[in-house]
Amino acid sequence: MTNGTILNSKLFRIFFICAFFLVVATFSKSAVAQEKAPQGSEKKFDPQPLIMEHIGDSHFWPMAIPLVEEKLLPLPVILYTDKGLEVFSSGHLKDGATYQGNYYTYKLEENHIKVVEADGKISETIKPLDFSITRNTISMMVSLAIIMIVFLSVAASYRKRPGKAPKGLQSFMEPLVLFVRDDIALPNLGVKYTRYMPLLLTIFFFILLNNVLGIVPFFPGGYNLTGNIAITGVLAVIILLVVNFSANKHYWKHIFMPNPWWLFPIMIPVEIVSVFSKPIALMIRLFANITAGHIVGLSLICLIFIFRSFAISPVSVIFVTFMDCIELLVAFLQAYIFTLLSALFIGMAIQEHH
Amino acid sequence: MELVTPAIGLVFWATVCFLIVLVILGKFAWKPILNAISEREKSIESALSMAEAAKEEMARLTSENDELLKQARIERDQILKEAKQMKDMIVNEAKDAAQVEGARMLERARLEIDNQKAIAMADVKNQVASLSLEIAEKILRKQFEDQKKQDALVADLLREVKLK
Repeated sequence: MTNGTILNSKLFRIFFICAFFLVVATFSKSAVAQEKAPQGSEKKFDPQPLIMEHIGDSHFWPMAIPLVEEKLLPLPVILYTDKGLEVFSSGHLKDGATYQGNYYTYKLEENHIKVVEADGKISETIKPLDFSITRNTISMMVSLAIIMIVFLSVAASYRKRPGKAPKGLQSFMEPLVLFVRDDIALPNLGVKYTRYMPLLLTIFFFILLNNVLGIVPFFPGGYNLTGNIAITGVLAVIILLVVNFSANKHYWKHIFMPNPWWLFPIMIPVEIVSVFSKPIALMIRLFANITAGHIVGLSLICLIFIFRSFAISPVSVIFVTFMDCIELLVAFLQAYIFTLLSALFIGMAIQEHH
Repeated sequence: MELVTPAIGLVFWATVCFLIVLVILGKFAWKPILNAISEREKSIESALSMAEAAKEEMARLTSENDELLKQARIERDQILKEAKQMKDMIVNEAKDAAQVEGARMLERARLEIDNQKAIAMADVKNQVASLSLEIAEKILRKQFEDQKKQDALVADLLREVKLK
């Protein structure tokens, strides 16, 4: 069943389009890298810290456009040290300042909170675990809140008008829900699809919304959540757990009892690697696609500052507009692929016959 | 490398928040939404099949009606034919019966007439006989009033007897 689904023409077309745009994205990225290369004089603008600052996480929320006006909203810092919990505002750590906490003195170095010893040096031994509410944490909470509000209200309108045609937000969301059900869950999971629908729908809309919000340059967007390895890693681990906890005996038999017995020493390690490689592929794919898109977009914007000329801005704007269109496609495509492959892996683990 | 090192804090918060949202949405959003959609699909499906069935039933009824009408027409024709036949038969029977009855009555009348005639003839014969006897008596009485004539006759008769 699954083979037939993968090989059908619709999926092939989607994969083909995806591959095409990935190639395009890679080319434009390398072109930007070449243009960035010469950085001789000290007056030259270096886009790398700016791009990395955007791609990565931060203890501050940027309130205004970077480079034009520096305005950062401090966020709460939560540290788990060996002596206990520390909670304070990241505003205390602004511009490399040190902060005397309850147990240690802290300093922000390269976006990481480090413990400063009495002699002013950064401690190598004491490394507190950082559970701070960072920019990505807040944006994740905001996006999850948006998803909750949207779908709880959609559910309410289903309850209010049972059996009627969808209306408003409901009619906007219903095709997407049906898409996940009919094109992702049903063909891959078969009759047992209802059990996995909540997970697939939540993952699909979470990735889709954050991909799209990542393209938006201002609140509530302007971050890189689905291009963060921690987020994609959490999603991949959830899929790994769901796949292996819902697997039936055929799946385990396939891993631990390959058909000819003399293949045991080769096949068992291969199969065990494949168990982990599938979610790792999910994690890397989403992370790399979204991060690459953000890097390309920002690099194109940075061209204006690299050349220190307004004349280049139309070129940048045209390229960025083009990139944003591709990103919009990638946003949907990556959400689709992540959900589809999750459904496929679960389907492979629960199917009855090989 | 910084970019591919997951931050423990984000992993923690992402896991917690995602699972909470998954549970809440699973219970209060996805289940009602999917149930409502599949229920609506089922109702649409059943409505369509019901419409199809109604259409078929309608067609069946129409053809049945036509059939019935045709049958009724045939039956009516047959009844009419039978009625006509019956009428003809009854008329013919009545005619026959009338003829037979008429013939019988005529026969009876003729017999009666014959009888009456015979009775009347017998009566007339009797009357003629008695009248003739009376007349003969009267004539004889008149003729044999005087003795001489009687004697003459007797003598005459006797003469005839002698000749024999």
